[in-house]
Amino acid sequence: MESVIVVSNLQKSYRSKQSRKAPDVVAVDGISFEVPRGEFFGLLGPNGAGKTTTIGVLTTRVLPTGGQALVDGVDVVRDPVTVKRKIGVVPQVNNLDRNLTGREILLFHAEYFGVPKQERERHARELLERFQLTERADEKPTGYSGGMAQRLKIARALMHTPSILFLDEPTTGLDPQSRRALWDTLLELHAAGQTIFMTTHYMEEADQLCQRIAIMDHGKLLAMDAPSKLKATVPGGYLVELQVRGADGTTEALASSLPELPGVVEVKAQDDRIRLYADRVEGLLANAMRLASDKGVMVTDAHVAEPSLENLFLHLTGRSLRE
Amino acid sequence: MSATLLALLHRDMRVASRELQYFFLRVGLQPVLFTFIFGYVMPRLGIVQRGYNSLLLPGILALSMTLSSMQAVALPLVIDFGFTKEIEDHLLAPISIMGVALEKIFVGVIQAMIAGLFVLPLAWLIMGGGVNVDSRHAIFLIAISLLTGWLFAAFGMVIGTVASPQQVSLIFTALLSPMIFFGCAYYPWAALQSIRWFQILVLVNPLVYASEGFRAALTPQLPHMPLWLILGGLLGFSLFFTYFGLKSFERRAID
Repeated sequence: MESVIVVSNLQKSYRSKQSRKAPDVVAVDGISFEVPRGEFFGLLGPNGAGKTTTIGVLTTRVLPTGGQALVDGVDVVRDPVTVKRKIGVVPQVNNLDRNLTGREILLFHAEYFGVPKQERERHARELLERFQLTERADEKPTGYSGGMAQRLKIARALMHTPSILFLDEPTTGLDPQSRRALWDTLLELHAAGQTIFMTTHYMEEADQLCQRIAIMDHGKLLAMDAPSKLKATVPGGYLVELQVRGADGTTEALASSLPELPGVVEVKAQDDRIRLYADRVEGLLANAMRLASDKGVMVTDAHVAEPSLENLFLHLTGRSLRE
Repeated sequence: MSATLLALLHRDMRVASRELQYFFLRVGLQPVLFTFIFGYVMPRLGIVQRGYNSLLLPGILALSMTLSSMQAVALPLVIDFGFTKEIEDHLLAPISIMGVALEKIFVGVIQAMIAGLFVLPLAWLIMGGGVNVDSRHAIFLIAISLLTGWLFAAFGMVIGTVASPQQVSLIFTALLSPMIFFGCAYYPWAALQSIRWFQILVLVNPLVYASEGFRAALTPQLPHMPLWLILGGLLGFSLFFTYFGLKSFERRAID
């Protein structure tokens, strides 16, 4: 399929602010990837991984120090004005125009893009309605809640019907309910054919929304694939947690014999909790229960966790995404 | 002129028109008070000569246009770049970064022209006429107004892209007071002949060329700076500040 974003060996380094002799700070360290039209693509990584810099280059706000980035076939450095026509950008910070009302923000944005008056008025009405902003449309956005401001930023980015929608950490700072609502909105947009490029440091968000994810850390891409395939690459990706109760020594005996069960990669016992890392779970729980009753240990609770991106990130970097 | 640039101008003018009363207060208060004391009260007390009004009026005009142009550009830029990031939506509009910067300068020129149109008749009225305004040089007056507006809008762009929100009021105080007092707004440059070193020193002050420009346009019968020096100063400073203003704007706009 045709790629709308083509990034090859992209680099961005900044001169150190402390001293001239200090080495340059490398924000993006030679990354390459492509995004086909219509895809929901996610760039996942902890804060400071270089995600915002990458999105900055793709949206013409950051000049790369090496490599190339094409958006819809246009080089972002050589022809930024044409690139800007093709993209809609939802930045991380609230940069809504505080001097205008919600409706005016949409109308002026479309005017910058030369959308004819009647069309932009109709489109603004539609988007305000769709994002449930009609009631507050004629107020300035200073009084909007975080979720409303975020919705207005997305509506603004859509006013000129861009080929690609860029979102930088779209749900940071939102309450769980607003986050869910925003996810639904993004999934609807994508279902309607919108190409979406999103950065996030929430694994769950990337997992639920994106068709493909690139995992970024320290300016480099560590892995890139569909979420389910990525998770399948973690050795012993499954986690079985057992809550146990038994006489002295019986729990230890159980823990030492559990690694013999098929599929188990590693066992960690702590107090009355046993964690089994396994590469498959078929029949594992039943086997574990049988072994426990043989050893005279009662299992009071059991939990099986699917392979997760968190496990993958931990596996790739030795650090947790949450840190 | 591109449609995007006009749309950006439309937005800035809409926002400015909502604050028209503050605009007139900001632009008008100081010149009105100054004109009242120096152009109305003091001549009647015999402290200054009646003829002083003819020297004062062009200076007052230059000053109000200068300040409104500078503020119209510098203050929003300081806040936009340093705090609200509202300008990002303009930077993402389909126009070059240079185009966005030029639009901000146009805003400064337009606000300076409005300030001039407001202050000139007002000051003239307060002075109770008595100023021999020569209207034969209308085109020259418009040219001086545009150049003044442009020069100080570009100056405002330099300040607005260099200063942080915390510094800006300090910069304005430190810069504006000497600029105003040494700017030949309240006294003619030609008369400084008796303090020769001062007459030469003030040439580094762009306001001098604006004040003298308005003197040459409004009261050409009175002594003023030679025209080549006025135009050379206005053009030279305009180019200088435009060059550095655009450079600095670009540096702030693109990482």
